[in-house]
Amino acid sequence: MYYDKTQDRLTEIIKNFARKHSLWILAYGTGCGAIEVPATMTSRYDAERLGVRGAATPRQADVLLITGYLTVKTLKRVIRVYEQMQDPKYVIGFGSCAINGGMYWDSYNTIKQLDLYLPVDVYISGCMPRPEAVLQGFGKLQSLIKEGKADGARKYKDELDYYRGNQQKIIKNWDFPDYNW
Amino acid sequence: METILINILGAIATFLLAFVVGMTYGGLRRKVIARIQNRYGPPFYQNFIDAFKLYSKNTAIHHGAMHFLGPAFLMVSSVVALMIVPVLTDNQWFPNLNFHGDLIFLIYIMTFGPLGMALGAGQTGNPNSAIGITRGLSQMVGFEIPWVMALVALMIEHHTTSLVDLLNYQTQTGTWLIFENPLAFIAAILASLGMFRYSPFNIVGAPTELASGPVSENGGKFLFVMMSSGSVFAFVKLTLLVDIFLGGAGNLIILLVKTFIIYMIPVTYGAVNPRYRTEQAVQYFWGWPLIFGFAAIIYAMYF
Repeated sequence: MYYDKTQDRLTEIIKNFARKHSLWILAYGTGCGAIEVPATMTSRYDAERLGVRGAATPRQADVLLITGYLTVKTLKRVIRVYEQMQDPKYVIGFGSCAINGGMYWDSYNTIKQLDLYLPVDVYISGCMPRPEAVLQGFGKLQSLIKEGKADGARKYKDELDYYRGNQQKIIKNWDFPDYNW
Repeated sequence: METILINILGAIATFLLAFVVGMTYGGLRRKVIARIQNRYGPPFYQNFIDAFKLYSKNTAIHHGAMHFLGPAFLMVSSVVALMIVPVLTDNQWFPNLNFHGDLIFLIYIMTFGPLGMALGAGQTGNPNSAIGITRGLSQMVGFEIPWVMALVALMIEHHTTSLVDLLNYQTQTGTWLIFENPLAFIAAILASLGMFRYSPFNIVGAPTELASGPVSENGGKFLFVMMSSGSVFAFVKLTLLVDIFLGGAGNLIILLVKTFIIYMIPVTYGAVNPRYRTEQAVQYFWGWPLIFGFAAIIYAMYF
């Protein structure tokens, strides 16, 4: 059910312009990276001038920020939140914990690699990434959206079996409801 | 037949004007608040980009028929209120549906949209929506009373319930009602702080506290309808205050200047005030605004 009218080139360009300049983020404050988001949004770095703005609920958000490590327990909630978001939607993996586990590389109950479970559009490296790096990550996401390459949501729909398999492998008590998305 | 056609075209023009002005004011509000917080802020046309993005988003949420009708109620209420309020003093371009007693009708129709929205939000089943609705209705009990008292003071003073009569009185005598009954103006402005629902009275859609309250299950096109109806409604409220107290406006530039000055009162008041709790907000409105409302009625009756 994703938006696949890509043959309408001109409307798609205009829509991508609007999407790129109006990113409403849902900062899922899992790890220590959540502390960098207020610094990015407030006076000194002021992400609002780029159109980046906080959204209150998954229904209203465009970008899901995974700020730091994810335990298996939170992964379940993050998947539900991601599936409640409306297309087009993007995921930013934040900090080295989301990339390869970081300092939790040998932990027994955190996930090591986020893009096995959710389609990540942009990774921001660092432990923790400073607000400059976060802004650069948003800039990267904006340029991907402009080129029409930020299609993580489409990948998620297409390869749902792959992602579901990985998710079910690590989440033991799997009791997800059926969504109407 | 031609007059009907012209009226329909005029109604569409009025709506487009209200939409553009309301959206631009919303963007300017974000800019003003950003400058107060020592930020650069988004461009003033940011709200148009946001609205277009929201419109182009996919919407696959379904919570039942009332959930779809809630934003429609909001929009209907805004548009009907817009059709009643005269935009300019000599109405040639922007026709409206005035009738005798439209001030009373306005008091009713301005609460109609939030009530419809409450029905729609109730069906989403989100607990945050339910809390937001109860908060919104309590707050409405707070600010409606000084607002109605300010209008009643004007009705008593001029023996009319017609908006156009008040407007004509001001243009004929050349005095603005803000000078004839300043107490009513103060009561109406203090009530309008709550009507705009900006900080410190944003207790309904408190984003960090209630996850935006009644709006929390609505994304994409729902949010687009709500955003545009909110913009139109802001324009309606500002034009109404200008029509009643500041003598209306002869042309669009005067209208924009007057409405912008009025609009900056709730914006700047909100930019430096944190959010009230519900009972604090209701206590606020039942304090000084109510006293000013009473004083305005007494002034209108005996002076």
